[in-house]
Amino acid sequence: MSETSSSLTLPDPKPQRTRFSGTLYRGNEGMWSWVLHRITGVAIYFFLLVHVLDTSLIRVSPEAYNAVMESYKNPIMGLGEVALVGAVVLHAMNGLRIILVDVWPWATRHQRLLFWIVMGVVVALMLYFTPNHLVNVFSPTEGGE
Amino acid sequence: MAESEQKNENSAGFEREAETGDPAAQADAAVEATTADAESAMSSSGTSAAPVDSAAEAADRPVEAAPVEVPESFTVTLIVRRYDPEVDDEPRWVDYDVQMYQTERILDALHRIKWEQDPSLAFRRSCAHGVCGSDAMRINGKNRLACKALVKDFDISKPIYVEAIKGLPLEKDLIVDMEPFFDSFREIQPFLQASGKPEKERHQTIAQRERFDDTTKCILCAACTTSCPVFWTDGQYFGPAAIVNAHRFIFDSRDEASQVRLDILNDREGVWRCRTTFNCTDACPRGIQVTKAIAEVKQAMLTGVKL
Repeated sequence: MSETSSSLTLPDPKPQRTRFSGTLYRGNEGMWSWVLHRITGVAIYFFLLVHVLDTSLIRVSPEAYNAVMESYKNPIMGLGEVALVGAVVLHAMNGLRIILVDVWPWATRHQRLLFWIVMGVVVALMLYFTPNHLVNVFSPTEGGE
Repeated sequence: MAESEQKNENSAGFEREAETGDPAAQADAAVEATTADAESAMSSSGTSAAPVDSAAEAADRPVEAAPVEVPESFTVTLIVRRYDPEVDDEPRWVDYDVQMYQTERILDALHRIKWEQDPSLAFRRSCAHGVCGSDAMRINGKNRLACKALVKDFDISKPIYVEAIKGLPLEKDLIVDMEPFFDSFREIQPFLQASGKPEKERHQTIAQRERFDDTTKCILCAACTTSCPVFWTDGQYFGPAAIVNAHRFIFDSRDEASQVRLDILNDREGVWRCRTTFNCTDACPRGIQVTKAIAEVKQAMLTGVKL
């Protein structure tokens, strides 16, 4: 910033982070909703992988299944479930938005408004879900027996 | 004037060009302004117009008393991402301080660097008025035409970052290899295909022309295609510009090869790669509703072309 180059003395090159680094592209709501959609999509995919495995365990041995289910009943998993539900809700609501944007010209023109509606709906649903869920996770009567 | 400067980037671009492009209009506006306004607007000149009651009176004033607006220059720091394939292994950021005026554009800043500071700076430009589409570049993280990006639209208390558009092979400094981009353009057959010879000309109603009017504005600057996150990671994707130009002929009532183009774009790397991020619509210097055009091509594939 401070140094100024002239035709005689070129400024020293600045250290470069990586080969492809440049500034981050400053997209608008559409781009960030796409980024969120990708991240939540991949996260949900990995959850489903684990979910299929632990559910199929019941065919192998009901005792093993119960043991695994019991190990899920702790606060860390409880908080993880909040993140999971958040990801699923976001992915679902934004998915509906993308369908609308593709098939309905009005939605194509008002995608920005729709993005904030999606965010509002997600926040509203999570405000309802999170307290109810956390009460279940942290209540002593529910967890033990 | 202060109010108009608050307007949002896109819509204000044209107005400002008109506003600042005409010094006579500016002088008129200054005469009409109140004394206080005039004083603040022309603080640099040190003179202020005496208040008058009528336009006639104002016109009769001696010429010397008329305020002469002295344009005030200010320092703008540009950080340009330079790359010389013969010297550098990878691109590097270089700072330049340039004296700029309110009415100038990023292209003027680049010219000033090239002509006065460092002649080795390489960039493309031709018409310099937003028509040829040569100088698309990433300015502060957004694709813009350097010749349409006004300096006063940027926060000049911070440096302005200028780099080449993303996703096409970098050749030197701000110049990229546009061939992959034009290959996609050629592939969608961007020319009128009509059989039979009309008596005089091929007739079209105003409504039929209106149907594809938006997509005729494309200047092939590649700002849209290189703003697309899908294109960055998948160079095979046709990209918004090619689809926009296909749209221009698909919805042209005179053209007979719409289905051919739809078949070309109904490809793995065709319109279905579009994830509706709307970066292209934001980047288009001509204000084309790019994502809307792509959505219409998608619909045409599902339900047929509705002219």
